Parts: sequence; structure tokens; C-alpha cells
Amino acid sequence: MPRYISAPLDDKTIQELKAGDKVYISGVLYTGRDAAHKRMIELLEKNKPLPFDINDQIIYYVGPCPSPEGKVIGSAGPTTSGRMDAYTPKLIALGLKGMIGKGLRNTAVKEAIKKHKAIYFGAIGGAGALISSCIKKQEIIAFEDLGTEAIRRIEVENLPCYVIIDSKGNDLYENGRRKYERKCICSLDKEG
Amino acid sequence: MRTIDAAHITETVERLCMEANYYLNKDIEEALKKAAENEESEIGRSVLSSLIKNAEIARNENMAICQDTGMAVIFVEIGRDVYIEGKHIEDAINEGVRRGYKKGYMRCSVVKDPLRRTNTGDNTPAVIYYDIVEGDKIVIHVAPKGFGSENMSTIKMLKPSDGPEGVKKTVIEAISRAGANPCPPVIVGVGIGGTMEKAALISKKALLRSVDERNPDPYYRDLENELLEKINNLGIGPAGLGGRITALGVNIETYPTHIAGLPVAVNISCHATRHKSATI
Repeated sequence: MPRYISAPLDDKTIQELKAGDKVYISGVLYTGRDAAHKRMIELLEKNKPLPFDINDQIIYYVGPCPSPEGKVIGSAGPTTSGRMDAYTPKLIALGLKGMIGKGLRNTAVKEAIKKHKAIYFGAIGGAGALISSCIKKQEIIAFEDLGTEAIRRIEVENLPCYVIIDSKGNDLYENGRRKYERKCICSLDKEG
Repeated sequence: MRTIDAAHITETVERLCMEANYYLNKDIEEALKKAAENEESEIGRSVLSSLIKNAEIARNENMAICQDTGMAVIFVEIGRDVYIEGKHIEDAINEGVRRGYKKGYMRCSVVKDPLRRTNTGDNTPAVIYYDIVEGDKIVIHVAPKGFGSENMSTIKMLKPSDGPEGVKKTVIEAISRAGANPCPPVIVGVGIGGTMEKAALISKKALLRSVDERNPDPYYRDLENELLEKINNLGIGPAGLGGRITALGVNIETYPTHIAGLPVAVNISCHATRHKSATI
């Protein structure tokens, strides 16, 4: 059964969610990808505040297409999260509770997720047109010069996601793959 | 000699950039539907039905299938009896990309310099390859390539003694390592032979072939089928969430190579694998 949850997140919801759960997220998210993350970390290094209060928030890794006429936003699917791994543990330590993206995270991110009881959601990579229909409002709040990579405050309704890494560190990518892997047929697996 | 106005090339590229990004090719849509029937994982089936729905929304609303509208990779076959009038062909193509991406509300993802990284603002330049062919026509293939999958691609200079097993290992390891990143179910372009850059180029060209069309050489057809089965045994599944359908197809292209070498390139492409063609 899918769960309907709201953003920003609360600790109770985070603790109840398990890797593999399907969720529909409604509420406020902030967008950010490579360049925005780099700038946020540079601000922190200079002891300057982030462009938004990061406590309990979810960052959605996305660089949307421009908005066609009459639409809130263009195609807006997730980008590969691993490129943000270098910056993420620091943001989680500051209060970031959720991330939406696609693809594997490194050990440092997983440890930070466990330690600070955060959560990593996967949106469906490549389903940009479908996801854009869940975005009801968007506003650039920082780094406008970065264009698609600017930080946006977006309001979403029933954004479909899966819990990939839950607050206990369970990982759907690992568990799901193990379940459907067929090792015996492939002679190459023995060679590693 | 036939004269073709460069403006005609620009208009064609403009149109193809939009069509490739909006309209999922039929062969791939069929493969996704078939995958949805065969997938054992419930989550996998739900992902596949979302991808089919996504393609419908994109087609009906003239909207990009994916926000990563890619770097425009363009293959041009120029008939040797063609004279292009009005503009250098490269400028004509880039103008088409510029207009298509702007008019089509598509994301501009190209930076001017790989290390200094300032966005060019119009998705140019395209990556363009030219072939001189017989005849008096120009054939243009536009294949926008996103980098979620491009970043997972690989090239290896194997030894001849590595043989077919070495090729299989290279392909399987690349897909295994890529996991969820390239937006599976993927389409795998494999280039075997030639030189280092030739292998890479034909691995990209392999992605232009329909996903349900096998290599005409039975030896490579069998290798394609074997690789597809082994990839689908990895368990990565749709969106990497676990399942039986990790790839929709494996397309191998080959070229003669050197007595001392066995280059293998693996160009991984997402479930949308966009490409559209036109003849002028």
C-alpha cells in the first residue's frame, strides 16, 4: 500500500518508512543539483547562511526544462544523485532530512542517513513529463544565474517516489537486486 | 550535382531535435509494453507502466520525455552529388539545434569548456559526424544523449586473447556497475574493433538501430542475445529497484581491427534512447 506523506518531513514519518515503500509526497521541496550544491558548501565554508532553512527539508535533485507556455514547469525528472555525494553528509548534519534523486549513494552518505535519521527517495529516472504534472508551483529563490541549476522552491502534489535508503540504512537498490539476481547461469560471475 | 539550401538543413535539424525529445520511438514503446508483461517484480511493473504513461504525456502535450534533453549527437550522411548553398553545414546544423531547443522549451545542458564550465545557453555546439555516401541526398540522424547514461559508458582496449569472454565481461561489468544510474531498462550499444575512437563511435551508432532488430551476422546476433540474457540476470530491474528487465536490447556493431588489439566500447543508453531521422 502506498503511503501519502507531506514535506517538510517529521521524525515519526521518517522512522516508519522502510526501503521499498512507495510514497506520494505532497508539500514543499527545494531543488538543487551539482552547481547549487557546490555554492551552498562554499557559503558554509565562509560561515554564511544557506539560501533557505534546511531543517527537516527535502532536496530534489533536478534541473528542469524551461516552462512551456501555460505550464508551471517543463519536464522535471530526477538526476543522478551520486554526483552530490561529496556535499550531502554536510547538509544532512545541518538538518536536511530527505533527498529525492536516482542512483546509488556512497558509504559516507549512507552513514550520515543512519546517524541523523534521514531518508533517500528515488523518483523514476526519465519520467520527467509525468513528474512535471505533480509540480503545482515553482519559484527561484537563489542562484538565478545558474539557470536550470538554480535553487527553486517547488510545491508538489502526490509526487510518486520509492524509499531507497531508509533511516536504518536499508537499501532498496541492494535488496531489490539481490532478490532478482540469477547467478548460476553466468560463468563470468565466478571470475568476479 | 544537386543544390541544397543550408536553411533547409537548419529547419530539418530544428524539427528533429524537438521530435526526438517529445516522441518515444515505436520500437522502444513496444519493448516497454512487452517488458511490463514479462517483469516479475511488482515494483518493476509499476515503474514500467509509469514510463509508458510518461511517453504518452510527452507525446500528447509536446513535452520533453526527460528533462535531460541531452547533448545533440548528429550523424549526417552527405551524398557526394550534393552542393550545399548559403552557409557552412556545421553552422547550419548548430543553428537548427539552437532554434529547436529554444522553441521546444528544452533544457540547455552544454557547457562551453569542460573545466571552466559556463553554460553556452543554447545547447550548442552539437557533436556532429559526417559520412560521404553515394547519391544526391542528405540523411540526418539526431540522437540527443543524456548524461545519466553517458557517464556510465566505458571503453577498454582488450588483448586479442581475451576473446569473446573478455567482451562479455566488459559489457556485463559496465552494466552491473551502472546500476540504477542510467535509467534502466537500458539499451546497450557495443562497438567491437577498429581503433579506440572507432570502437566508441560505432557503439554510439549501434544505438540508432531499432531495439528489435538483431545484427545480420548470426555470430553477433547470438552474442547480442546471450548478452541480453546475462544482463537481465543481474537483477537490477526497471529504475534499478530490482527485477528481471534490466535491458531492452543489446546492439553490437563491429569493424576490422589490428592484429594486436581488441577494442570494446560500451555505450549505455536510457529507456528512452531518443533518435529521429530525415532525408533531404
